[in-house]
Order: sequence, then structure tokens, then C-alpha cells
Amino acid sequence: MLKEFIIISIGAILIQNFVLVQFLGICPFLGVSKKVETALGMGFAVVFVMACASAITWAVQQLLVLFHIEYLQTIAFILVIAVLVQFVEMFLQKSIPALYNSLGIYLPLITTNCAVLGVAIVNITKFGGAELSFLKSLVYGTSAGLGFTLAIVLFAGVRERLESSDIPEFLKGMPITLITASLLSIAFMGFSGLSF
Amino acid sequence: MDILLPVVAIGGMGLIFGALLAVAAKIFAVEKDERIPRIVDVLPGANCGGCGFAGCGAYAEAVCKGEAEVNCCPVGGSDTASKIAEIMGVEAGDTEKMVAFVKCVGKTSVATNRYINEGNLDCHTAHRLGGGMKGCAFGCLGFGSCVLKCQFDAISIEDGVAIVDPEKCTNCGACIKECPRGIIESIPYSAKGRVACASKEKGKPVMAVCKVGCIGCGLCAKICESGAITIENNLSKIDASKCIGCGKCTEKCPRGALQIDVADEFKIKEPAQA
Repeated sequence: MLKEFIIISIGAILIQNFVLVQFLGICPFLGVSKKVETALGMGFAVVFVMACASAITWAVQQLLVLFHIEYLQTIAFILVIAVLVQFVEMFLQKSIPALYNSLGIYLPLITTNCAVLGVAIVNITKFGGAELSFLKSLVYGTSAGLGFTLAIVLFAGVRERLESSDIPEFLKGMPITLITASLLSIAFMGFSGLSF
Repeated sequence: MDILLPVVAIGGMGLIFGALLAVAAKIFAVEKDERIPRIVDVLPGANCGGCGFAGCGAYAEAVCKGEAEVNCCPVGGSDTASKIAEIMGVEAGDTEKMVAFVKCVGKTSVATNRYINEGNLDCHTAHRLGGGMKGCAFGCLGFGSCVLKCQFDAISIEDGVAIVDPEKCTNCGACIKECPRGIIESIPYSAKGRVACASKEKGKPVMAVCKVGCIGCGLCAKICESGAITIENNLSKIDASKCIGCGKCTEKCPRGALQIDVADEFKIKEPAQA
């Protein structure tokens, strides 16, 4: 069982990395990756939201199946995610105002972050209502968040170094950022050879 | 009945989540000074930075924290200051409305140029290019770098010299910082006398390059009955607190009378146009 969980989490963090392989959640990935510190903060906010969303959407899905209204999945999940993000926002504003200020608009944008909805939906399609699916969903959600954190922190590290390097004029700003992101993505594609 | 179940299910979820959030909002409530938004409301909202803070919001926050006075907003003037003072519950000191003033009236017709300038320069480049094409090293270059900086459309270039419209000017200080010559200063709106020249040169060099430049002859200082005028660095200087606006200095000034103006006349002579 433990082995299964490890496989799920390595799969979500490296092989099927949400940002760099599945291309979900690009907006905060590009938006909040100027400093490692804020990137880390954003990463943990996403981990929290994804883990909670996995757990709660699992329960919601059971209800939806019970009443045969699975077609309401998207609306119900978005509702859950929006509530969670609101909660995280309140929590950060109270406890870590510095991080709250530096995340700015990207914090409420987690609401519309496709990566979070992606986790919820992948959970359902991948694990369904099978045995232990709740725990698996939870592990998958947390790992997906960790994968996001890993990607955004790595990227922020590269971008911090780019700040002080001599970049050709026409590549400055967004172009070099996007090139860096794609190189990072190609690097992560290398993990696709891993198989268990 | 088919429609009822989904509606109840989603509606119920919404209700539960809403209730949870309401509880969370109580627990994680951040105490915010409720005066900040009220102060922001009475501020002009131009975010010009004339107060020395990043914008109207930052200034409002500083006022609430006691880091700034209530009368720092140059745009809103005493009106805004008294409104903020009301919100903060303190007395507002009287704030005299200040306006920017360009200390040069050396228009192209009266001031000579040292070289002919071709091409579209701005004041900074012209200033670096051998100190500008103007014969006078202190005179307004008239390329309008200050005009570009003005958010309030209060400065215009007239015949090669910048003129500030005192009605529109909010004294935000953007032009003062911008001018490479440093010849724009902030003076009281009601100042009766003003010296419209910045040249610290002696009489002869001034006469050589400008027909209206102050030569520091001191006639105005002698005629002034209230002792408001002094000569400093070959330039007359008016103490606004002593000046009564009699206008005798203006009559006496041998340099085309444009140098020292009485406020009312000033407006007639130099109709400020946008």
C-alpha cells in the first residue's frame, strides 16, 4: 500500500508534473516566480488548497454519485475551490500579511487556477470510487501541489539569476522567461522514461 | 422533481460553505483602520505623489498611522486638509495654496540663442548639449519636458518659454523635479510680487543675451517702501510676507518691467493659457 502511495506521489511530482508536463496552472507559474521567497509561499498555498480540495471534492463526488447528478461536478468543484481560496486568503491576511501583499492578485487567482480543478477531476477519473480512493486522492492532491511548488521554486531561482545576467535586448522580460520555462519543461519531460 | 434535487444539493452546499466562510471571517478578521477608505474618498485620487507618498492610498495610511500631517496633499489644498482633519479629529492648520512658477520670461523675441537647434530635442538633451542653445545659461529652454510631466495640463510653452497656469497647477512638484535648469519653484498662490528671472550673472552678460533679464541693479530694492526686496547673487528677491503689492518696483524696473510683477497685473500681462 505504501509502495502504491509512493508511486502516486512520484508520478504527480516528477513524471506528470502539473505545470511543466501537463501545462496546468501556468498563470501563477509565470506571475509569481520573480522571487524564490514568494514562489515558495505561493507553492505552499497551492499545496494546501490542492490537498483540501482533493479531500473535500472526494466527499462531494460521493454525494453527487449518490444522487445521480454527476453532471454538476464542475460547478460543485469550483464552489469548493473558491471557498478554500477565500479561506486561505483570510488566513494569510491575518497570519502572514507580508506574503499576502507580495502574492497580490495571484492569490484569488488560485480560484481560477486550472491546476486545482485539474487535480479534483483527475482524482475522480483516475481513482473513481475504488477502495482507498480517498487516501489516494489526498496523496495525489498533495503531491501535485508539491510538484507545482518544485516547478515554481526552480523557475524562480533561474529567474533571479536572469535578473543579473546580460541578456540581449530583444529577449529581455517575457521572451527569456518563456524560453526558460520551456527549457525547464523539456528537462522534466526526461522523467517520462521512469516507469514502475 | 428532477430539477429539485440538483438545486437543493448545490444550494445546500453553497449555504454550508457560506456559513463556514462567515465563521472564518470572524476568526481571521484583520483590524483595518476604517478611516483609511474615508480619507481616500476625500483625496483627489490623482496618485501624483506630490505628498511624498506612493499614492493617495499610501498617504491615507500614513495619515492614519500618524506618520504624516493632514495637510500634505498639495492637490486638494486646504479643502482636503480640513476634510481629512475632520475624519482624524484634529485641527487643520491653514494651508496656503502653492503653485509652481517658472522663473524666466526670456521668450524667443527677447532672448538670443547661441546656436541654431535643429531636430526634436527635449530639455535634458538640449541642456547637456553645451548648456543649451539659449544665450542665458539660466533661461527656460522651452522644449517642454515639464509640460510632458504635468498631469494636470497646467503648463504650456508660449513663445519658447514655459508658463504655469496657477488655476490648474496643484503644486505636485513634478515639473520642479523635471526641469534640468532648476528654474521652476513653488510660490504662494497669493504671492503679489514675483521675480521672473533666474540669472545669477552680473548685469553686462545678462544684457548681452536677454532684454528682460534681471541685472541686479537694485532699483527695485531702493524704491520698495516695505523693504521686501533684497538683491542676492545679482538677482532681486522678494519676501512674500512683506510685499504689499504696491507695484512701484514694477514701474521702476528698467528691464522691460516684466521682472517684478504685481499679482493682478501679472495675470493680465501673462494670460495663462492651457
